[in-house]
Amino acid sequence: MEPQIMETMVMDSVIDHSLKKTPKIEVKGIKVWYDDFMAIKGIDLTIKPNTVTAFIGPSGCGKSTFLRLFNRMNDYVEGFRMEGKININGNNIYKKKINVEELRKEVGMVFQKPNPFPKSIYENVAYGLNIQGIKDKNFINHRVEKALKQADLWEEVKDNLKKSALTLSGGQQQRLCIARTLAVEPSIILMDEPTSALDPISTAKIEELIFGLKEKYTIVIVTHNMQQASRISDFTAFFYLGELIEFNKTKIIFTNPAEKQTENYITGRFG
Amino acid sequence: MANAEYQREVLNQAVIDMLDMCRLQIEKAKEAFITHDEDLAEEVIHKETRVNAMDLRIARDCEKFLALYNPVAVDLRFIMAALKINYELERIADHAYNISKYVVDEDKKIEPKLLKAIQFDAMSETMDAMLNHITIAYQDKDVKSARKVFKKDKVIDKINRRSFVVLEEEIKKDASIIQQALILFSVVKKMERVGDLIKNIAEEIIFYSDAEILKHKKSK
Repeated sequence: MEPQIMETMVMDSVIDHSLKKTPKIEVKGIKVWYDDFMAIKGIDLTIKPNTVTAFIGPSGCGKSTFLRLFNRMNDYVEGFRMEGKININGNNIYKKKINVEELRKEVGMVFQKPNPFPKSIYENVAYGLNIQGIKDKNFINHRVEKALKQADLWEEVKDNLKKSALTLSGGQQQRLCIARTLAVEPSIILMDEPTSALDPISTAKIEELIFGLKEKYTIVIVTHNMQQASRISDFTAFFYLGELIEFNKTKIIFTNPAEKQTENYITGRFG
Repeated sequence: MANAEYQREVLNQAVIDMLDMCRLQIEKAKEAFITHDEDLAEEVIHKETRVNAMDLRIARDCEKFLALYNPVAVDLRFIMAALKINYELERIADHAYNISKYVVDEDKKIEPKLLKAIQFDAMSETMDAMLNHITIAYQDKDVKSARKVFKKDKVIDKINRRSFVVLEEEIKKDASIIQQALILFSVVKKMERVGDLIKNIAEEIIFYSDAEILKHKKSK
C-alpha cells in the first residue's frame, strides 16, 4: 500500500473540527457601492466558529469594506449602499429591526492604530460595560481583570490600572484595545491590520494572543503581511478589485493556490 | 519583489549549470571507463572540486533566498526542488568521480566481452537518455519529459539485477577475470544508483511544476 501524506500540523485537526460546526458568519451575494463606485461585486463566503480567517489583497480591493460589513461600520459612510445578506449566528444583521449596539457587542473590532481613550487603563477596559449601564463594581472589576489577562496585559499593568492608557507603549495600547473589545464578551472579533503600526516583538505578542483567543472567539483579520496571514490564520480569502478570487485553507493558499492571480499576489508578482 | 525575481533567475541558472556540469561528469566517467581513458578520468576527478564549489554556492543561495524573501507557493516549491536537485546532482558527480578513480587506479581496460555480456552500452545509453529528459524537463518545466525517466530507470534496474548472474557465469568460465568482474559489478551498482538519483530529480521537477508529490509512490 502506498503511504498517505499524514497531516502533522495541530492546526489541521482544529480546522477539520470547526468545519463540522454551523457557520458563524454567512455572506450571500453581497454587493457594495459608494455612490457610483462598486466596491464589492457579489461575494459569497462562510466563516466557521473558532477559526481565524485572514483577508488579503492589494489596497483598494475591498477587504476592509467587506470586514466592516460584519458590524455595520459602513453604515455611516456617505454614499454607502449594499445588496445581499449577512447572517451572524443565523440572523440577518441588515434586517431593519436589528439593534446595531447589540450587534457590536457580539462583533467587536480592533483597528489599525491603537486608539485608547484619554482615560485610565481601567476606564478604557471598563468603557464598554459602563455604556451598557452596568453598575456592579465587583462585576466590572472581574471583567476588567479577565479581559486584561486574556489580552496578556494584566501582569504588565495590574499595579498601575489608574495610570493613563496613553502612557503605554504602542504594543501595550493595542493589547489594551483588544482587552477593551474582549471586556464586553463578543463572539466575533474583527481586526483591521491590527499590527501594522507595531514593532516585531509587539506583533509577535498580538499574533500569539490571536492564536489563543481562537479557542473562544471567531476572528477575522485584514492584513497586508503575507507571513502574518500564513502564520496565524486557518483560512485565507484573497480579494482583488472587489471580488473574492479565492477562499481556502491557509495551508493550501500559501502552498498551492488554485488561482493564478492568488499565486501572483502572494509571491509578490503584483499588488 | 523584482529583486527576488532576479535572484530566483540567478539561482535557476546555477541549477542549470550544475545539471550540465554533473551530466558531463557522468558521461565522461562512463566514456573513460569503457575506453580506459586515464586522461579523461583525471579530468573528471579534477572537475569534482568545481562541482563541490557549485553545490555549496547553490545551497548557500537557497538558504539566502529562504531567509530574505520568505517564498511561498511556486517560489517555495522552486527553492525546495532546487535544494534537493542540487543535492542529488552532487551525488551523481560523486559517482562519476568514483568510477573515474577505478580507471586511474587500474592498469587494464575492462574486457569488451564482459561489458557486452552485462549490456553496459544499453545501460549507458539509457542513462544518457534519462539525463537528456531531466535537462529538458528542468529547463522547460516539461513534466511529460520528467515522467519518461521512470520507465527508463526500470531498464537500468533490470540490467543491474541480472549483472550478478551474468558475471558469475563469466567468472565460472574464466577465473582470471575475477578482479575485472568485481570492478565492473561495482560500477554497475553505481550506475544503478545514478539512475535512482535521476529519478529523484524527475520527482522534484514534477513537484516544483505541478505540486504533486511522487516520492514513495509506486505508480508514477
